[in-house]
Amino acid sequence: MITNVADGDALKERALKALQSLPELASGNDILAHAGRYVSLEFLVSIGGHPCFVTVDEGRVVKVETDAQKMRASTFTIAAEPDAWDRFWQAMPAPGWNDLFAMNKRGNATIEGNLLPFMQNLQFFKDVMALPRQTWEAK
Amino acid sequence: MSGQASIENVVGRYLNTEIGGVHYRIYFEEAGQGTPLVCLHTAGSDARQWRHILADEEVTARFRVIAFDMPRHGKSNPPKGFEGEQYRLHRRDYIDTIVGFCDALALEKPVVMGCSIGGRIVLDLGLEHPDRFSALVGVQCSDYHKPWYDSTWMHRPDVHGGEICAAIVSGMMAPQSPVDTVQETLWYYKQSGPGVFKGDLYFYGAEGDIRDEVSRFDTTRCPLYILTGEYDYSCTPENSEQTASRIKGAKMTRMEELGHFPMSENPAQFRKYILPVLSEISGSQTA
Repeated sequence: MITNVADGDALKERALKALQSLPELASGNDILAHAGRYVSLEFLVSIGGHPCFVTVDEGRVVKVETDAQKMRASTFTIAAEPDAWDRFWQAMPAPGWNDLFAMNKRGNATIEGNLLPFMQNLQFFKDVMALPRQTWEAK
Repeated sequence: MSGQASIENVVGRYLNTEIGGVHYRIYFEEAGQGTPLVCLHTAGSDARQWRHILADEEVTARFRVIAFDMPRHGKSNPPKGFEGEQYRLHRRDYIDTIVGFCDALALEKPVVMGCSIGGRIVLDLGLEHPDRFSALVGVQCSDYHKPWYDSTWMHRPDVHGGEICAAIVSGMMAPQSPVDTVQETLWYYKQSGPGVFKGDLYFYGAEGDIRDEVSRFDTTRCPLYILTGEYDYSCTPENSEQTASRIKGAKMTRMEELGHFPMSENPAQFRKYILPVLSEISGSQTA
């Protein structure tokens, strides 16, 4: 099913772009920045195996790099397939796709690495990862 | 300004009683008249979750609604000496606390409605005391719960207990639920005592599998209603449907656009599902 592969590639590209928009989506969100005021780190988001490094500085999402070199260090990794990110970023996600923990429990996302800062700031990271819902266009 | 002021009909009081030889001071709120309807809150929260049912005149016209805080929750103190033990809720103590509360208030054939761990324990109540209750309502109710994540995150000095407990459960609510009621639901979690949510969930894990027992549940002696919100990934509708399929006569309702905390995350939506159940219960009692 070549068309499905092409669709999958297109979805992955869209997901990468959505992730790259995190700094813009978070910009000016002082409540979010305050929630993450003690967060300064890099974490990795995997979109279908494509590594994306998200840099947070005192609660501000300052950078998303999608072309980083291999084996770069990061604090923790949130990984899911493009299709899963698509479902997660729907404006009104379906049951099971509305929350990273729900996806993790069902095997549709993994959360690994040094989870201490992740858990210390859990709602902040959940909210950051949900930001693309504001602009994600359902197919 | 004074024209907008109002006082709710809900009254809060404290019950001093002994359960299992231990003294407890238990806070409860009540409103209404009729058949007692005892409401059980979820793990790590308190009876404020039921405030919209307590204020619902369609309910309080037929039921004496009573919602109590389990010891260590809300305004119910922990028992004397609590600082010397690690809190773990056990099935035995949970059953005894509910039955002891009902006995102390001399409630005759109450209906008990519980959510989450409260939804699970109504199964135990029906198995152990089939003639003690006039009906049982399990919200987010399952006969099988397997812990799937490391709960030690909920209680350690380098993670804020209230913040993480709220952040964990935030994703269990439906995205359609109003922001205000979602945030109020989270607020209760943010206020819970250290280690209480984790201690409550102990019961769910260590004693979480009663699949082999529930077929003994006799719904001819005690009717059982199960209602589960579709957005609950902890106790899914499928979990509840499987539970209902093992209990002859259990009535299962799958609730749309609701999650793990139907009564507090979206009271208006929950009302659509719970009022017909309560009508059926009160109808069968007057018939």
